[in-house]
Amino acid sequence: MTSAPLSLEASSGAPAGALLEAEGLAKAFGQVVTARSVSFHVAPGEALGIVGPNGAGKSTLLNLVTGTLPVDAGAIRFDGADVTHTPAARRTALGIGRTFQVPRPFEGLTVFENVLVGSTFGAGMRRREASEKAWQALETAGLTHLANTAAGSLRLLDRKRLELARALATQPRLLLLDEIAGGLTEHELPALIETISAIRDSGTGVVWIEHIVHALLQVVDRLMCLAQGDVVATGDPREVMASDAVAAVYLGSADPEGEAL
Amino acid sequence: MSAPTTLTPMSSATDLKVVRGGWPSLAGGGVLAAIVVFLAAAPWFVFSPGDVTNLVTLFALIILGTTWNLMAGYGGLVSIGQQAFIGAGGYGVIKLADVVGLPIPVAVLAAGVVCALLALPTSFLLFRLVGGYFAIGTWVVAEVFKLVTQELPGFGGGSGLSLTAFQGVDRVTRIATVYYLALVLAVAVVLATYLLMRSRVGLGLTAIRDDSVAAASLGVAVRRSQRLVYVAASGGAGLAGALIAVNGLRVSPGSMFSVQYTAFMIFIVVIGGLGTIEGPILGAVIFFALQQLLDAYGTWYLIALGAIAIAVVLLAPRGLWGLAARGRYEIFPLGHRVHPPRQ
Repeated sequence: MTSAPLSLEASSGAPAGALLEAEGLAKAFGQVVTARSVSFHVAPGEALGIVGPNGAGKSTLLNLVTGTLPVDAGAIRFDGADVTHTPAARRTALGIGRTFQVPRPFEGLTVFENVLVGSTFGAGMRRREASEKAWQALETAGLTHLANTAAGSLRLLDRKRLELARALATQPRLLLLDEIAGGLTEHELPALIETISAIRDSGTGVVWIEHIVHALLQVVDRLMCLAQGDVVATGDPREVMASDAVAAVYLGSADPEGEAL
Repeated sequence: MSAPTTLTPMSSATDLKVVRGGWPSLAGGGVLAAIVVFLAAAPWFVFSPGDVTNLVTLFALIILGTTWNLMAGYGGLVSIGQQAFIGAGGYGVIKLADVVGLPIPVAVLAAGVVCALLALPTSFLLFRLVGGYFAIGTWVVAEVFKLVTQELPGFGGGSGLSLTAFQGVDRVTRIATVYYLALVLAVAVVLATYLLMRSRVGLGLTAIRDDSVAAASLGVAVRRSQRLVYVAASGGAGLAGALIAVNGLRVSPGSMFSVQYTAFMIFIVVIGGLGTIEGPILGAVIFFALQQLLDAYGTWYLIALGAIAIAVVLLAPRGLWGLAARGRYEIFPLGHRVHPPRQ
């Protein structure tokens, strides 16, 4: 293997009908490059996993796709339309939903109201419809019992559930999950895996950043590994995890037997 | 609806009940309405003309506190320069009444509209700044407004203008006109703020208050919402300035564009309770009462205000309304309580 990005896919370009196409995304904070020239694509009903060590640029990549951060270079197309410079709120309305790695609840609002913001503005729904959508999202995330609780008083796990519920309430066609499983216990994982699989199976594109690789591998169709702002490998999840390039990223040397995690 | 999913059976949510408010809120609203009725009747049998003139100041303070809270408490825009629009409203109403010849009530409303219109281009300048820079920028804008007013021909330079439209009107009619105008506007501003906050715009603003990045990621147009409240709050400051001008019968750049108005607004909102509709009303009443009680003590009055502000911030960080209501009681119900559908 060479040091060039490893592609385990038949063709490197985005296939026709891709939901999200990111091309040559670049972002630097001063001297720190968090995305050098990252390209990837997601089809409707497809789940893409992203792994990589801390500081690899995973969360930055999500922030570029959602418009939370502006790109230095590159292009983002969503459903065929160029959204590279579209404001974040507009991208949400177009169908890009996301969760934050460190949950950001509206602490002065109740859990239900938090989710209602998503269905009202993200999905553009009116009162009754918005309330029903919000309730459904709470059901999916398993939070209905806390609907009238102030979001500021939630523990971390429920804050993560709230992130998922709010994102679902925007009715996303592409859902970006940033370490949604972090902090979950082993017996809580299967329910989350089932939920995300069902979202994917309903036709929603999913991008899932996660350190808990065994959970990720149960859901994702393809896997991308990032390190220091570069794509190290993309393709079939198990082949990517088994590749020398990924082993080198995690272990610091190219070990042919390396089952990195 | 998009493709059906197996996750969310539609039927489960059809008898979902969302309740906003209830009889405790209605009762509180009834008490407030009774106070307004009393205030409307009181000039006839309780208050002296001097009291009536003083109460116009209270109504102007309620408008200032309510609109500053709308902008800072909900929109997250901490401006220390709303005196720009208080001054513009004060000078504006005198020009509109004396030069254009509008009747006083129409001139006061028009002054508010003019201030809202002035705020729109100003917002494009100021919104390039964030946080502390935005705050300082608003003060700079207020100083620019003051200097321009002083230099404009026909605005009286450093000494200001007097209102002449009331000449020939007897004192009782004049005082009554201003009093009822101020009472109606204060009630209208509070109700309009409540209705705005109860609408979907208000839900978005509350989200912005708590976390603007998360709000944007859920589809809230943060910039547009902030511009709306900045323009609305500036129109409110203009109304208050116009009331202060027609109540005092004269304006000067030093008093109308004074940064002390910002100190008053912050005091009112902070001791009353930031980010609530009830808080600024309570804060304005407390501030007004302190002003009336302690006015004779000169500098000690300001020292007392400062001490009270520090005590409230330390002991009741959510303001006196927050302390009393503990987040559970609202006279102006904005919260949603959801009752799960029966399965």
